[in-house]
Formats: sequence, structure tokens, C-alpha cells
Amino acid sequence: MHVPDGFINAPVSAVAGVIAIGGVAVCLRGARRELDERTAPLAGLVAAFVFALQMLNFPVALGTSGHLLGGTLAAVLVGPYTGALCVAVVLLVQALFFADGGLTALGINITVMAMVTTVVGYGLVVLIRRVLPSQPSSVVPAAFVGALVSVPVAAAAFTVFYAIGGTTGLPILGVLGAMVGVHVLIGIGEALITSLVVGSVIAVRPDLVYAARPYVQPLEIRGSAASS
Amino acid sequence: MSGEHGHHELFLDHDTPIHRLPPQCKIAAVVVFVVAVVAAPRGTWWPYAVYALGLATVAAIGRVPAPTVLRRMVIELPFVLFAVILPFASTGPRIDLLGIPVSETGLESAGILLAKGTLGVVASILLAATTHPRDLLRGLERLHLPQLLVQIMTFMFRYVEVVMGEMGRMRVARESRCFRARHVGQMKVVAHSAGALFIRTYERGERVHLAMLARGYTGRLPVLHNVAASRRHWVMAAGLPALAIATTASAWLSA
Repeated sequence: MHVPDGFINAPVSAVAGVIAIGGVAVCLRGARRELDERTAPLAGLVAAFVFALQMLNFPVALGTSGHLLGGTLAAVLVGPYTGALCVAVVLLVQALFFADGGLTALGINITVMAMVTTVVGYGLVVLIRRVLPSQPSSVVPAAFVGALVSVPVAAAAFTVFYAIGGTTGLPILGVLGAMVGVHVLIGIGEALITSLVVGSVIAVRPDLVYAARPYVQPLEIRGSAASS
Repeated sequence: MSGEHGHHELFLDHDTPIHRLPPQCKIAAVVVFVVAVVAAPRGTWWPYAVYALGLATVAAIGRVPAPTVLRRMVIELPFVLFAVILPFASTGPRIDLLGIPVSETGLESAGILLAKGTLGVVASILLAATTHPRDLLRGLERLHLPQLLVQIMTFMFRYVEVVMGEMGRMRVARESRCFRARHVGQMKVVAHSAGALFIRTYERGERVHLAMLARGYTGRLPVLHNVAASRRHWVMAAGLPALAIATTASAWLSA
């Protein structure tokens, strides 16, 4: 669910816009480090993947269904900078081409859904990975916790913006409670699907999972001494 | 192949003055218009009629039919629901609406939220309906969005249908084996599909990159047709935002 125009007042939207521009600039530089000159095609394809994945609905409960936000998943698969960049690009395209999320709220949407989710999600993955055994499969529970926590934290971050620049007369603590409460549920779905997707990629191509790269032995080419 | 968001449905190919405007003018005009709408003060309602009239004029010149706009407005449905709850959840003095006590500030907030949100959505819909996605990207580049960001968006836009097609074929494969996700326990199957989709997408990205290198990619995409904007274009595009700014300014002065 993207924030529309008129939900947050103009000055706070502008501040969030500045934060988002700064974040995207940092991500652009970082993505170039993660992907070097392959950045444009690979980040573009991963953004298309995130976009497609957001259409993949899964049943939650009582006949409702949720979809993935994908911040933590993208960060674990392709690295934090590229991941955040891809989610930001998806949000930009959704706002410009599909009228999903307001143009003035773009800064808030990018800050909350691309930056906060990846920083929190990937940060937790790195921390948890450290205490688990050094093997690729350790990334799976780490991704679970990262995704689980990142969604309610993003909701809380939104509430901070709302408390400063909200245009509706709702009590702040009520908003915080409702937002975090609902997003804990969404976070559980996000955590389940994130860890399952990461697990299935690790089972097939562990070298493609960025967060598992420290544990993957590089392929070595063996041959007899005579043939080489 | 095209999914729910296929971009062929977004763009209406006509030849109108709005369609002919350079994309960078239109993007700038829409952004300034929406900012002016968001900055409108509380307590006055007439400005929204003026904004809506401005958008209706643009839609009429651009030959964007009202049913198309209405159909795409379902995107804001979650917020309509939110706005409906607002009068009941907000604090403040209560007034009677059809015999039900509702919060006065909540009712006002809901009205403002709906008005501003809807105007923003309609402005974006008109932009996408009168500008080819390719030109929109070119316009962003003209507005000095970083080259790399524009390239990533270009690739995303070009390949999103391919990735969605791949996802659709995987769904057909699952369903022809009598699978249908019914409860959370079956999420595993869907997640495996998503994992496989990621691997295929990433490998496609690597192939695309190699193909680009083979065709002499140096980090910049060639410009095939230029969309330079003249002063006349900018003046034309300024019509809508100028109306909105004047309206917002006079609403603040009179408030």
C-alpha cells in the first residue's frame, strides 16, 4: 500500500524527498561497486523481478491475501545497495506510470519502503549471520528475522513522518499501534516467503545469493598436470 | 503475455496537442501541479473544483475518455477505505451525519485526503495516458535524472513483460499439475517458483549484458530521437500548474 498525495503535508514530503534523493545517490554509487559495469541491465532485471513478485499474492488468513514488499529479499539476493535501488526504481515507476503512490509522497514511499526496509532487514541479516555457523544455509533464518522485523519498523518509520506532517486528525499512538500491529502480521508473511525464496535459491545457485557469498567456495578448475 | 500492468494499456496513442508536448514539460507540469494541490489550505473547498476543472480540460484536449480514467482509479481504493474509517476513528468534537455521530475534523480530513489523493492519481493517469513510456524515460533523462537510474528504469520497463510472462508460464505449469495455493503451508511451492524466477531473471540479465557488450555498449544508451523543448512548449505546459498555483495562492490569501 503506497502513500498517496495529500496524506503528509508539503514541507515534510519535501524533507522526505531530500532523504530519498540522498539514499538513492548512495545506492547508485554502492550498486556500481556491487555490480560494476553490469549495473544497468542487472539492476533493471532485478527491479523487474521485484515488480513481478509484488503481483504474486499469497493467502494470509480469512480469505485475504498479501503481497511481498521485497526490500529484504532483494537486499539478500543482490546486495543492500542494489536491492534498495531496485525497490526505489519500482516505486518510482509505479508512481509515474501506474499512479500507484502519489508523486509528492514519492520521497516518503522511497524512504520508508526502499531505504528503511533494506537497512533494517540487511543489517539484521549481517548481524545474525555472524552468530550462526559459517555456511550458506545460515542466511535463511537470518533472512527470516530480517524480513520479519523490517516490515513493522518501516511502518513505525512511516508513523514518525505522519506524526510530524500528518494531515488527518488521528491520535498518533493509535496510528502507531494499528500500523505496527497490522504490519507484524504482514511481516510474518514477508518473512516466510523471503526465507523460502532465499532457501530455494541457495539450494540451486548459492553463488547468486549476495548475503551467502562469504561462505561459498569459488569454483576451482581441476585438471591433470599433464593436460594443463 | 501482458500482465495486469501491461504498459500497452496505459498509453492511448492519439495525436493531440497534449500528446505532442515534449515529455519533460509534461512531467514537470504534473509534479508542480500536484505540489500546488497538496499545498492547498484546510477549510476551503472551492479550489478543488478549479483543480478538477483544469484536469478535465487536459483530459478533453488529450482525448482521454472518462471511463479509462475511472477504471484506473481503482488503484486508490485502499485509501478510499481508509478515508471512510477516518470520521469514526478521529478525535475532536462530534457532529451528526445521517444520525451517526462522527468526528468533525475526521470528516474534514477524509474529504481533503480523498480530494488531494484523487487529483494526484488522475494527474498521473493523464500523464501516462498521453506519453509513451519510452518518451517518459527520455523526459526524465532530460530533467537530469542520473543516467544510470534512467537506464535501470529502461531495462526494468523493457523486461517486466518478459519476467511476468515467465511467471505466468510457471503458474500455468503449477496449475496444470492441479496446484492451487489455498493455505499458508502451500506457500513453499509458490516461494520455490519465485526462487526459480529469480535465477532465470538474473541469468537473463547476464546474457543481456553480454549481448550489449557485443554491440558496443559503453555505459550510455544512444539517443535515437531528440525531444528538445522550445519556449513555446514550456509556456503551453505551464498552463495547468499556473492555474493550480494561482488557485492555491488565492485560497491561502482568502483563508
